Amino acid sequence: MKRHLISAADLTRDDAVLILDTAEELARLSDRPIKKLPTLRGRTVVTLFFEDSTRTRISFEAAAKRLSADVINFSAKGSSVSKGESLKDTAQTLEAMGADAVIIRHGASGAPYRLATSGWIDAAVINAGDGTHQHPTQALLDAFTVRRRLLGPDGGLGRDLSGRRITITGDILHSRVARSNVDLLSTLGAEVTLVGPPTLFPVGAEGWPCEISYDLDAVLPKSDAVMMLRVQRERMGGAFFPTEREYARRYGLDGARMARMPAHAVVMHPGPMNRGMEITAEVADSPRCTAVEQVTAGVSVRMAVLYLLLGGAQPPAGQTPAAEPRGARPRTEENH
Amino acid sequence: MSKTLIRGARVLGGAPQEVLIENGVVTALGTVAEAGGATVIEAAGRILLPGLVDLHTHLREPGREDSETVRTGTRAAARGGYTAVHAMANTFPVADTAGVVEQVWRLGREAGYCDVQPVGAVTVGLEGKQLAELGAMHDSAAGVTVFSDDGKCVDDAVIMRRALEYVKAFDGVIAQHAQEPRLTEGAQMNEGTVSAELGLAGWPAVAEESVIARDVLLAAHVGSRVHICHLSTAGSVEIVRWAKSRGMPVTAEVTPHHLLLTDELVRSYDPVYKVNPPLRTEADVRALREALADGTIDVVATDHAPHPQEDKDCEWAAAAMGMLGLETALSVVQHAMVDTGLLDWAGVAERMSFRPARIGRLTGQGRPVAVGEPANLVLWDPDHRAPVEPAGFASRSRNTPYRGRELPGRVTHTLLRGRATVADGALTDAPADTPADGARA
Repeated sequence: MKRHLISAADLTRDDAVLILDTAEELARLSDRPIKKLPTLRGRTVVTLFFEDSTRTRISFEAAAKRLSADVINFSAKGSSVSKGESLKDTAQTLEAMGADAVIIRHGASGAPYRLATSGWIDAAVINAGDGTHQHPTQALLDAFTVRRRLLGPDGGLGRDLSGRRITITGDILHSRVARSNVDLLSTLGAEVTLVGPPTLFPVGAEGWPCEISYDLDAVLPKSDAVMMLRVQRERMGGAFFPTEREYARRYGLDGARMARMPAHAVVMHPGPMNRGMEITAEVADSPRCTAVEQVTAGVSVRMAVLYLLLGGAQPPAGQTPAAEPRGARPRTEENH
Repeated sequence: MSKTLIRGARVLGGAPQEVLIENGVVTALGTVAEAGGATVIEAAGRILLPGLVDLHTHLREPGREDSETVRTGTRAAARGGYTAVHAMANTFPVADTAGVVEQVWRLGREAGYCDVQPVGAVTVGLEGKQLAELGAMHDSAAGVTVFSDDGKCVDDAVIMRRALEYVKAFDGVIAQHAQEPRLTEGAQMNEGTVSAELGLAGWPAVAEESVIARDVLLAAHVGSRVHICHLSTAGSVEIVRWAKSRGMPVTAEVTPHHLLLTDELVRSYDPVYKVNPPLRTEADVRALREALADGTIDVVATDHAPHPQEDKDCEWAAAAMGMLGLETALSVVQHAMVDTGLLDWAGVAERMSFRPARIGRLTGQGRPVAVGEPANLVLWDPDHRAPVEPAGFASRSRNTPYRGRELPGRVTHTLLRGRATVADGALTDAPADTPADGARA
């Protein structure tokens, strides 16, 4: 594991499997009456959110707290420039308060990379979504969810997604979720197909490790999982597609389309959903849809990332050092 | 009466010669027998070139003196071997009136390091709507002949047509910043495989090429000169090549950075590589070098664009566009064009001095190294090798993309009408040489 988590592309297959396995271990914690580990006691984790994303922020916050870290939430809505304070000053302020890790969400692609590489701060940097670039923990929780559904919680341990066919549909151009998933799922051996109208693909996507299709119906029967991305209604202003109705007709997932998927195949959605746009209520509420499980998986996966990035660095006396080869198991504390 | 003798310099890269300069004019060339009382510059192994002329410099004054002033910018120019620069119009206030261009011109004379030829804005406030007083700027003491809204494209076809037609009255030229605005809304970097991966909004080549195609056709239609600023794509090269083959009145420039750097550097998300037009691909770099060598591209122009540290020390999207150029231009050209065998030193003189002066209609600059000509000269040590160290720059800013990169060559002397602005690699103290009639005859 590296010191930071900026891009899903930085993860090797073994890194990714280790995170998923660790997340499975940590997920078991939630079955216990006391859902807390002492691993990060005395460590400070800051969530630095330049964009509103309550879901992602509280998921990270829950993950850090279950590992006993102190959590500081810093909401810096709007760009750093419009606030008049630079990203550099904000980050240095947080570090001066003793942050060991900075979890950053920023509207500008590359902002977490800048934070991790510019020498401004020493803290570990975790990317919680940057512009239209990357959202690596989202890809990890998606991989976690699909591995669990297709291979089982125990059956999946130690395994990747070799040969699994995963379709991602929607606004690929503006999606950090799509980019992260293409990187991670292909690293894990899955066959990824991106589907959407040609206007919503970036020029240059031809070289990505995935297939590109404009025809959802042709791809559905060959999919083990179908991930529906949120399509923002304001994209219509950019003439990316003519109307919402036309988008839903060609690329939305409804009951009839879902019926074309193999019986075992699941429907995924990173949320929040636009019901009636990319997904109908019938599909969203069906047992094949994993949207709620993905939220739960998010906490486990983010715990695993914090555990592996921070747990091994300066283990408090008597704590289990993390980031050991696979097989190292987080120690639970029953009476804390 | 001042007298300088340069000994052993290879004039335009040819055989070593002696050059005698008296009262700012070259008075003897070849073997100089009698040079009593002359200051002697030993220049064995150095290349003697005509003083470089930049068609595209941002001096930032008035308005952004935190990034550059006319004085610091012309000192940087002198260190880079320049004896004349064209100061772009996107200042605050915009150089769209006779008053502002005269101010910039006077500041250049007062500093004395380099002739400053102001460029006038094409439209009021660079807004692309109403023609600025082009005639008044031409008739002013600054004698403007190059007009540009650089930084912004004159995208309205009618305004562009009228501007091209209007400046025919005084042999002016419109220097177009070719960037179709709708295709580049929010654009951050070259559109291609790297932008797709980095999630930065793409800046398609067609946004530049479509404007160039329109403007060469417009220029031909109205019979006026158009100059294409900082051409950056292989497709633009093809359009200009086609236009020239049809005899259309177009000239074009390329920046040093587009001859060397590619969009792969953006992977660092370091805004020192953020520039307009954006760094393109390896294939584009190849096409630009070939086009500069075969004359499709007429000149190298720096697009020297100083920015204070805080405008680059931030996330990519928030950063300013532009990079320094004056103090590294000749090194980059040697590296990319001369050391690769694409261009000889006479070719460099043509593209960095003679032709830019002709396009700008400067008469006292970009002259041959010959008896009777003004002694605007630069001595270049092509064998010098050192990493670029921005701390030593004369510019007020430090946003060079070459920090730490080893580049060849360095200026040892720059002479402005016989007077040294740079001697033994160091700027001289306020040379304060006021030209008798300015750069223009």
